[in-house]
Amino acid sequence: MLKALNRSKILWPLVALAILLLFNLFFTPNFFRMEIMEGHLFGNLIDIIKNAAPIMLLAIGLTLVIATHGIDISVGSVVAISAGVVAMLIGGDLEGNTRFPIAFAMAVALLVCTTAGMWNGMLVSRIGMQPIVATLILFVAGRGIAMVTTNAMVIWLYAEPFAYLGQGYLLGLPFSIYIVVFLLLATFLATRKTALGMFIEAVGINPTATRFAGINSKNILFGVYAFSGFCAGVSGLIVCSTVMSADGNNAGNLFELDAILAVVLGGTSLNGGRFFLLGSMVGALIIQTLTTTIYAFNVPPEISQVVKALVVYGVSLLQSDRLQAALAGVLGRREAA
Amino acid sequence: MKARRPVINPRSLPVLITLILFLAMFSAGSIAFMGFFSLQNFLNLFIDNAYLLILAIGMTFVIISGGIDLSVGSMLALSTMVASSLLEKSHLSPVFVIPIVLAMGTALGLFMGYLIHAFNLPPFIITLAGLYLARGLCYVVSIDTIAITNEFWQKAAYSRIDLIGYNSLTPGALIAIGIVLAGLYISRFTKFGRTVYAIGGNEQSALLMGLPVAGTKIAIYAFNGFCSALAGIVFTFYTLSGYALNGKGMELDAIAAVVIGGTLLTGGAGSILGTVVAVLVYGTIQVLIMFQGTLNSWWTRIVIGFLVFLFCFLQRLFESGKNALVWKERPQETQVSSADL
Amino acid sequence: MSESAPILEINKINKYFPGVRALFNVDFRLFKGEVHTIMGQNGAGKSTLVKVLTGVHKHDSGEMLLEGKSIRPDSPLAAQKLGISTVYQEINLCPNLSVAENIFVGRQPMKLGRIDWKELNHRAEEALSRLHISIDVTQLLSSYSIAIQQMVAIVRVLDVSSKILVLDEPTSSLDETEVEQLFKVIRKLRDDGLAILFITHFLDQTYRISDRITILRNGELVGEFKTEALPKLELIAKMLGKELSEFSYDITGGESRKEITGADREAKNLLQVKELGLRGRIAPFSLDLDEGEVLGLAGLLGSGRTEMARLIFGIEVANRGEIHVRGKKKDINAPRAAMLAGMGFCSEDRKNEGVFSELTVRENIILALQGARGIFRYIPKKKQLEIADELIKSLDIKTPSANNEAGQLSGGNQQKLMLARWLATNPFILILDEPTRGIDVGAKVEVMELVLNLSRQGMGVIFISSEFEELIRCSTKIAVLKDKEKIAELSGEEMSESGIMHAIAGGK
Repeated sequence: MLKALNRSKILWPLVALAILLLFNLFFTPNFFRMEIMEGHLFGNLIDIIKNAAPIMLLAIGLTLVIATHGIDISVGSVVAISAGVVAMLIGGDLEGNTRFPIAFAMAVALLVCTTAGMWNGMLVSRIGMQPIVATLILFVAGRGIAMVTTNAMVIWLYAEPFAYLGQGYLLGLPFSIYIVVFLLLATFLATRKTALGMFIEAVGINPTATRFAGINSKNILFGVYAFSGFCAGVSGLIVCSTVMSADGNNAGNLFELDAILAVVLGGTSLNGGRFFLLGSMVGALIIQTLTTTIYAFNVPPEISQVVKALVVYGVSLLQSDRLQAALAGVLGRREAA
Repeated sequence: MKARRPVINPRSLPVLITLILFLAMFSAGSIAFMGFFSLQNFLNLFIDNAYLLILAIGMTFVIISGGIDLSVGSMLALSTMVASSLLEKSHLSPVFVIPIVLAMGTALGLFMGYLIHAFNLPPFIITLAGLYLARGLCYVVSIDTIAITNEFWQKAAYSRIDLIGYNSLTPGALIAIGIVLAGLYISRFTKFGRTVYAIGGNEQSALLMGLPVAGTKIAIYAFNGFCSALAGIVFTFYTLSGYALNGKGMELDAIAAVVIGGTLLTGGAGSILGTVVAVLVYGTIQVLIMFQGTLNSWWTRIVIGFLVFLFCFLQRLFESGKNALVWKERPQETQVSSADL
Repeated sequence: MSESAPILEINKINKYFPGVRALFNVDFRLFKGEVHTIMGQNGAGKSTLVKVLTGVHKHDSGEMLLEGKSIRPDSPLAAQKLGISTVYQEINLCPNLSVAENIFVGRQPMKLGRIDWKELNHRAEEALSRLHISIDVTQLLSSYSIAIQQMVAIVRVLDVSSKILVLDEPTSSLDETEVEQLFKVIRKLRDDGLAILFITHFLDQTYRISDRITILRNGELVGEFKTEALPKLELIAKMLGKELSEFSYDITGGESRKEITGADREAKNLLQVKELGLRGRIAPFSLDLDEGEVLGLAGLLGSGRTEMARLIFGIEVANRGEIHVRGKKKDINAPRAAMLAGMGFCSEDRKNEGVFSELTVRENIILALQGARGIFRYIPKKKQLEIADELIKSLDIKTPSANNEAGQLSGGNQQKLMLARWLATNPFILILDEPTRGIDVGAKVEVMELVLNLSRQGMGVIFISSEFEELIRCSTKIAVLKDKEKIAELSGEEMSESGIMHAIAGGK
């Protein structure tokens, strides 16, 4: 049983999350306290899932991309583009009047971001560029595009209905988490209840053999990058809605790094192959719990960056084959060859 | 037994393209704008981008070896913070500050290089975490900007070394040029430099050939850390302050410079010279935009992004073109020439 | 070949792995100035012995004496320092460095603290010319053919140290001319007094180049023989531990073939290829394949057999000619199109083009079938297991279960896995590119019998093999290729080794 869990790779992330929560149980006063205020749940745990939502959304798309042995470092910039587009279309009118209907603005933003993802997909699948190179382009240019869209200004929004996305509550829980769950469920069904998941894993493990087996690997590659762009679009909408503003320079800053970390912590290997959507969600929660724990201790928030780095080093070491082999040798157990 | 000569020498072509690009841009600027064509304007490219040049030289070695380092921007920022803090808050003399900062950068680079090699961890992740680490440590030192009032530093910032006519360079630019020359020498004339190329070409083979792969790999990251720290010091000559938000995104600028300079991100091929010309291109774009006056300076980002695309696209075309020209005996994955069903 | 004391003497070497006895009391001798080949099936201990010699493994008991001194190298580098140089099948050089640099990297001549490039290039030219090779040493290694790259590898290791040269499967990627070039170099080195250990599974080459042969079986020494005193059939028999009469398949291959050609005179046409060609790849060719036929593609390495197969299957797209499947014209512009038209294809490069090592055996088997059905018509897990188990049984694939990772299977079983994948799609036509390469003799026999069975059931098979004997045994007709062109088609009595060789020799 333990071996099966270990092989499923979700054990370690869950253990890590559990350790963090246990730590808080003992050392952080009122960490788990939840109250009902203003008609919704309120507390540290709620903060964690609310703040983790944008990263979790990115991680969903990124998990599939990484499963194909690819990477998408442009997602942070695409988040900024999404925020910029939707803000421009809604408009900063102080009365709350919108330039275009909110739904329309959101749809356009999502379309733009999916197109950005398709651009990445085209570079990787049709032109055959390495993913890090292909997405590097949009990373660099994307922020420029976002800044040009917003004319290098921060756009403030006052259209109340839009705030519901990132700040609203439904049945006591933040609305944004429903979006995450919905997208997660949809992705899970699409990949595990159809052959899509298997095809994605096959592409990641051996793209040539996949093509020879009669599977259209190019379309699959194209699709996962487009989807990653879409997820970044949704994430950008939530980010924009949460702060009711679009800052082309800072929106989505370092998001890609957090998202990739979440996926890696969740058990999906950077080399592609087997992927674990739930694991990525746990990974995102670990990162956010860490940050919230640090806030709760009144430690300067910047320290969270240092702690995140040390966590990454720790987890990477634990996942490292060499270290595991060395430990196994020391403990006298032999791994079956 | 006669050799099959490749139709186009793959090694010099990318650098040539970058060079042509630079000359084209500089000429275009000279024609379009008054006062563009001057020696000082050319030298300014080195003055204004000295820090980027140093970063990119270090990054070139990392990428040639097949690795990558995302932490250099944050390391630069950390260096500026530590330097300014030691000078202004601890009142240490520059004689101590400079070696301390350089040692710190080298040590951090060494640390990451060790993790990457000893535990076979992906450079992407480890240097990513290094980015967080360095950035976080910046804030630990100080959240606010620290202005540098130290005399030596002020002198370094304002002094000019006069050349012919009224043209001049700054100490920062000279340091950058020094690193360039060092980089050229190392890459061409030292065993260490050649081992870097070997590792990038085929690490497994390099190991079997008895090359000191472990030591070299770790040294590459240590050297890159050194360059980041040096770039930080040069940056403070330029800005006379330490600011935690410095260097955001600079690692991408450095990587872009290396790519545009003709180095393959897969490793094994590249040149210091190419990187230098690429930094000149970067600088020229910024100057062009400045001269133009109306364009948002963020357009630099977009143009650089486009150039990276162009170069990678050309590299890709060239790779598949080479496959078609050279007769490979063993079956290979070939480009499918029409769309799959 | 001096008969004085051997330069290398291995006495009663034992090597154990968990649960396996790889080498048992093995003796081995190597003399200066000879080419000595070790022969044995997979699992005979051949590669273990070499690995013990070259420092990859350490022997558990017994002794190795190099020039009379006891040695026990603990790494390839240590072995190299002792004078044992190895050149592997995968050229362990750096393709992005020049030829000269590859020879000297790590030991570059220095002048005033910097690398002396002029001296480096000069020395490289000298070293190569000692082997009668003259090429531009400043060009990148990757711009040269594999054959030349191998010679550079040999020059490098000999330059570093040179008491014993171990050549591990050096000819796998070479064509006939290149093999002869390599052999010329080997003969010169031998005549100069070098002790050479040669490892290959090509029987013919063993007879061409070796002075002596050592045979291993099941980790034990069968014997050490002078090549000229050991007939080929006896060698095979000793390797398999069988008597000659025990061979289950017919060497002249008349029976089973007659069965097929006789019964299926009314056979329907499955595949008709008309003047299919791709500029720069292969000259336009035509062929027919009926139900129950096995078309063998014969030719030397580089003759275009793989190109032909890949063109038919859509891996590369022809720019002229037509393909008709069962009478209907098909536009085969991708493997998917070929699969949907009823074809299957097993690549010769199992590792990079066939097996998904991290996926389970089950997933590997049903993947093509699932690919045909598309994304949405997902095969339920239970059905997947059913299909997989059935094929595992009928092909006798040795795996603990269908849910094990495919990467854990042996070479022969991985080959069967590939076959299973395509059989699951029920193709009319099966194209097999070197299905018997790199697997042990027992598995080879199984694969060939499978091919014959499939053709008896009415499938059309295109079969590529570098071993003419295999082709003759299994095929109903043989197409002969040379230099990327189909030059002849043989059937009936014409199908013999000499028939094929004549076709190749006498062709355009």
